[in-house]
Amino acid sequence: MYSSISGDLAESSCASEAVHFTNGLAYLLFFFVFVFCKSNIIRKGLFSQFRSSKCRAILTRLTTVDPGTYFWQGNVACAEGALAAGCRFFAGYPITPANEIAEWMSRRMPSLGGVCIQMEDEIASMGAVIGASWGGVKSMTATSGPGFSLMQENIGLAIMTETPCVVVDVQRVGPSTGQATKCAQGDVMQARWGTHGDHEIIVLAPNSVQEMFSLTIKAFNLAEQYRTPIILLSDEIVSHLRERIDIPEHVDVVERRETLQPPFFTSGDRVPEGMPPLGKGLSVSVTGSSHDSTGIRATVDPEIHRKLVEGLVLKIRRDKSRLVDFEAIGIEQCDIGAISFGCTSRAVCDAIEIAGARGIRVGHLRLRTIWPFPDEKVRQLAEIAQVVLVPEMSLGQVYLEVERVAPENTKIVPLCKIGGGLMFTPEEISSAILQNAAR
Amino acid sequence: MKQLSDNIHFARKHLREEVLPSPFCPGCGCGTLTNCILKAIEELGYKDLREFVFCSGIGCSSWIPSPHFKADTLHVTHGRSLPVALGVKLVRPELRVVVLGGDGDMAGIGLNHLVQAARRNLDITTIMVNNMIYGMTGGQIAPTTPFGVKTSTTPLGSFEYPLDVSRVMVASGASYVARWTTFHVSQVKEAVKKALGKEGFSFVEVVSQCPAIFGRRIGMDEGGRMLQWFRDNSVPVSKAKDAEEKLLAGKLIVGEFADIEKPGLLRNLSELRQKVTEVEKQ
Repeated sequence: MYSSISGDLAESSCASEAVHFTNGLAYLLFFFVFVFCKSNIIRKGLFSQFRSSKCRAILTRLTTVDPGTYFWQGNVACAEGALAAGCRFFAGYPITPANEIAEWMSRRMPSLGGVCIQMEDEIASMGAVIGASWGGVKSMTATSGPGFSLMQENIGLAIMTETPCVVVDVQRVGPSTGQATKCAQGDVMQARWGTHGDHEIIVLAPNSVQEMFSLTIKAFNLAEQYRTPIILLSDEIVSHLRERIDIPEHVDVVERRETLQPPFFTSGDRVPEGMPPLGKGLSVSVTGSSHDSTGIRATVDPEIHRKLVEGLVLKIRRDKSRLVDFEAIGIEQCDIGAISFGCTSRAVCDAIEIAGARGIRVGHLRLRTIWPFPDEKVRQLAEIAQVVLVPEMSLGQVYLEVERVAPENTKIVPLCKIGGGLMFTPEEISSAILQNAAR
Repeated sequence: MKQLSDNIHFARKHLREEVLPSPFCPGCGCGTLTNCILKAIEELGYKDLREFVFCSGIGCSSWIPSPHFKADTLHVTHGRSLPVALGVKLVRPELRVVVLGGDGDMAGIGLNHLVQAARRNLDITTIMVNNMIYGMTGGQIAPTTPFGVKTSTTPLGSFEYPLDVSRVMVASGASYVARWTTFHVSQVKEAVKKALGKEGFSFVEVVSQCPAIFGRRIGMDEGGRMLQWFRDNSVPVSKAKDAEEKLLAGKLIVGEFADIEKPGLLRNLSELRQKVTEVEKQ
């Protein structure tokens, strides 16, 4: 009923108007569904819609694929998640192990009225994504380490110009070309600090095919809410993993909103309620140079720059407690803590069982957002556990953060495995657990 | 007062008053080009710039639209204006997307994007302001700097050959390619008009004077002197065809290099969509 959400871009003279029109239709339909349908699921969706519509246009909308159970690859789930979230522009450049996202998009986009284009490099891909987003269409790109490095310049531009968009980084072994087909988790710090200058960034880390779908939708929602690029930090194993995925009938989506009243950019820590549309005579000035909240460049004024960058940082930092997302299992009472993310967390889950059979209780904190880093939760786990194991497929990047926030008397044990893309075995982790657990 | 407003320069209604005067150096060609572009747009019948999106990168000429034009302007990273413009155009085909940038922006750091945009025959108009130097950063050698010229990074003279960007554009498949200089104001205006009317990728190279940074290095530190140089050394492309190569050394070949009818990226894309819809209907 609601699948041609953005309208056919080539035909409709103004895509955003088409969105509004369909939004209206959707509200009507929801009303009828509400009156006539007793299904709890749909009612729940409706309530969540009306509850949140006061502040943001959250719509519970039908997914773009038939609901049901599928056996998908992580990258496909990511592409479908993007489409369900309303992404109608994809630009990318071939790179292993992210190719399947672009390939899937290229097949799906034309019939949905969207655009999928292969650009000349990742720099251009990120640029095109920014352009399309300013054109009023939700947009995404996907890449891996080397391409992610190239994108950093324009990720900075997206942060500075407050352009909502999603960047998928399927991590592989680096630095440089490294081992192109092999898994790693070494882009944690690049995702945080890859682009220059002061900034905050939101980075989500899925650990299953299901989450490749749901966290991609979440990434799009956060991008709209905070008007900033969101990084989906996957890895080769999660992206190439094939497993069961349940596609729900409805997903909650933050729709693209238009704002006609300046300021068009964050002022103080107030994020504008949407994007100013192009082509409506608003004379929107978008610049990567320092600018005031109307968008006019100010290249020497220290005060304007300070306000701008503090605003960009504050809008995310202020909501840190709301943004941090994790899975915490058994952290209230444990003999040892484990902090993990992505594919590694799957091995940790098995290792916990092995350790449990030997009488060791492991508190597991699995990070869904790596940035902002869940300081408080990590500190809490560290205080209870006294010993915290940090397994990751790098030489210790999340480890550094754990070390930063944990109390001084905590013993933090890095467990590092790099090269060859070999995932941790549960035994490797469980033996580290048994070795280090406080008895 | 009425008389006064009658005398206000035609371009001012398209400019943001609050950012004037412009930051361009005395004698710079960017002002001339501002007039040419705005005149061309007016003569095409546009009352304001609301249908236009101007996209520019980094460099002096990138400042022509941003923040001066009372239009939607995207001022992006160095050399990346074309990919951003592509993003805008593909999702908002009804808007007229114009890219402005210098020779450093487009023929240096962004050359790949320029060639690829022409190859795709992306439906935008690109105006490259060629001042033969990196002006904003203080006079370093550009890919367009003539052989032998002393710049701040080639103090002993350039030891590289310059790039003929317009010819690269022809080879890349652009629908329309023209080169003029800031001396040829009416030709520039006409070229911009024609470029805006073309389907596909239209490219106008404008050789522009930079007396403050480039001119003084070649003994021409006044804008007027550089314009005289442009006038005396420009050879129309029709004449250049038959001329001996020796005689063309140091000359600026001006005119239209390409003017072809060829489906643009947008048309190709919408035809593809149509095919998909037809297949789905069956």
